[in-house]
Amino acid sequence: MALHREKILTPSFWVLLTFTVIGFYCIGLRYVMGIGAVSNLSDGFPWGIWIAYDVATGTALACGGYALAIVIYIMNGWKYHPLIRSAIVTSLFGYALAGFSVMVDLGRYWNAYSFFMPSRWQVNSVMFEVAVCVMAYNVVLAIELLPAILERFVHSTNPRFPKLKEYARKIYPKLDKVLIFFIVLGITLPTMHQSSLGSMMIIAGSKLNPIWQTGFLPVLFLINAMYIGYSVIIFESTLSSVAFGRPFEKEVRIIAKVVPYLTAAWLIIRFADLYYRGHLSTAFSGDYYSKMFLAETLLIAGGAYMLTWKHFRMSPRWVFVSAVMLCVGGSWYRFSVYIIGFNPDKGWSYFPSLPEFFITLGLVAFEILGYMVLVKMFPIMPNLEGHKKSA
Amino acid sequence: MMKKTRREFIKLAALSGAGIAAAPLAAEASAPITANEEAVGMLYDATLCVGCKACVASCKNVNDMDAAPAPNDADRLWDAPEDLDYRTRNIIKLYKDGEGDFSYVKHQCMHCIKPSCVSACPVAAMQQEKDRGIVFYDKDICIGCRYCQVACPFNIPKFEWPKAFPKIVKCDLCKFTNLKDKGIPACCEVCPTKAVIYGKRDFLLAEAKKRLAENPGKYQKEIYGEFEVGGTNVIYIAGESFSNLGFRELEFDSNAAFSENIQHTIYKGFVAPVALYGFLAFVAIKNRKNHHGHGHGHDAKHEDKHGSEK
Ligand code: SF4
Ligand code: SF4
Ligand code: SF4
Repeated sequence: MALHREKILTPSFWVLLTFTVIGFYCIGLRYVMGIGAVSNLSDGFPWGIWIAYDVATGTALACGGYALAIVIYIMNGWKYHPLIRSAIVTSLFGYALAGFSVMVDLGRYWNAYSFFMPSRWQVNSVMFEVAVCVMAYNVVLAIELLPAILERFVHSTNPRFPKLKEYARKIYPKLDKVLIFFIVLGITLPTMHQSSLGSMMIIAGSKLNPIWQTGFLPVLFLINAMYIGYSVIIFESTLSSVAFGRPFEKEVRIIAKVVPYLTAAWLIIRFADLYYRGHLSTAFSGDYYSKMFLAETLLIAGGAYMLTWKHFRMSPRWVFVSAVMLCVGGSWYRFSVYIIGFNPDKGWSYFPSLPEFFITLGLVAFEILGYMVLVKMFPIMPNLEGHKKSA
Repeated sequence: MMKKTRREFIKLAALSGAGIAAAPLAAEASAPITANEEAVGMLYDATLCVGCKACVASCKNVNDMDAAPAPNDADRLWDAPEDLDYRTRNIIKLYKDGEGDFSYVKHQCMHCIKPSCVSACPVAAMQQEKDRGIVFYDKDICIGCRYCQVACPFNIPKFEWPKAFPKIVKCDLCKFTNLKDKGIPACCEVCPTKAVIYGKRDFLLAEAKKRLAENPGKYQKEIYGEFEVGGTNVIYIAGESFSNLGFRELEFDSNAAFSENIQHTIYKGFVAPVALYGFLAFVAIKNRKNHHGHGHGHDAKHEDKHGSEK
């Protein structure tokens, strides 16, 4: 079990901890002094980076588990196992971050229990659908991760928790039998809420610039989540190869092959929609909004185009670069829909305040911290030495 | 192998996308929105308003709102709101151009016939009365997500940003105060020139049309709120163009209706999600069987996940 006993208190741990502390200090301020005191949010821009980044973009970046599950369980006969657990952990942390940020962002957080009271459900609300799906997905992710946690106890040689080991032994096989139904739920739920994250802004009507405002927002967000998800897996896997001195996972190249198809579909819908609504010229007019559109489109198309070449796909470095381009471009698109393209009326503008940044940074640092600790303590990473279970 | 994967992938993407893609197309054929016969609202005639701000004062008084002192008011005694905010449900503004043209204008909730704020609110804290169409707010349910603010085309709901325990604030046609007690909203009750009047929407619309017909030179041709975002129960007539008076040019379709249509098309009877789940479960289980048949050589630990090997 050498791999899972790595040192936890590394220098990066302390850096992350510092950011976490600052972030939580700002969160404290927000609860004492009100959202207005720490943020640049206003009646014109009631949503800022806490929603645009932590929720709308963060959950897309956390779609690795979702994207990979589609490949493994639906398309490819349960093949690329090694990556799935770390992808699920990232998803869980990404979605937990979203949940956390929502509790920071909600003005009347003490009423949030309304979501558990059917009498208060307002099923016409897109946000209602998103909230319920996301909460359910968090539970599903936790269940999907349970086997890894249980394994830790099943294989434990530590005599201190005999009861735990016994329980783990009992639950493990039972969980194993039904796990497939949760895995499938873990694919259905993100399909629903990722598309709804797009639908969310439809009601903003002309407050969202016509380059982004379209009835196709749900499809665009769904496909966007998929290619971001795959890109994140490539990104993460390459990074952890470096960080943990592991060999470059070859499955990544196979995933890299799928991405251009998704992106092509996305771009076709994007442009066909602009053309159909007569806003192609708006998108290329060269003004601020048009530049933002070009930036996100070039990043996405460029990153995907690189992956269509075998030469690039075979090189870990270039695969990494294109994954980064896709993540940034894809996230940029989401930012455009939630903030950049949003213009409620004359006289309103928004740029996040320092504490807003610190809260988001702090939550991300906290997330990475938790990820690092978990990965080092439990068998999440594909196992290198190929250690068999001690039968 | 890859060939197959790719094909299946596209198939799957098409399948999951198709339902959602079809939605905006299907949603376009939505039924027109019509106001309820019992719907009530206000008619504001900017040409009659003298800018006395009695409505602002009365609204604050009746609804127990805080004063919004001017920035240089050291004693913070005087109410001088610059715009709608969490202390001000209702405001009178003055438009003036170089030519000597000027007009007052009143801003408050438009009480949309199909209100975006109500449609957006996940917990039904924003509600609309079924018969009278009044849009009101219940702070005991609200979670403070501010989706209503994002959704409202007129930027009406305001949030108590400086407070640790904030709520949303907006005009509710005095539903719980003056309208309940005296049968008329406070602003309409006190207006000395009857620039703002209360009544059934049908009546107000007829009255507005009558005034336009009687005095075509005096008024803009448009009745603001007649069609905007599907129509509003508060309507306006004015001598100045509405864009000068701070009104955005808005689509006639209701965003709320469009959004709901898309959402309902995707989630109708929950058929699509359940079908998606069923389809995915079918494929996944089939794949698992195939996989076990071939017996791939994973290490024991990961094989555990599939059960049966034990
Ligand atoms: S004006 Fe805004 S707040 Fe008022 S009913 Fe319409 S959408 Fe709701
Ligand atoms: S802020 Fe309150 S009233 Fe507005 S949408 Fe959210 S829960 Fe509803
Ligand atoms: S109807 Fe009542 S709450 Fe609305 S603006 Fe008039 S006085 Fe204020």
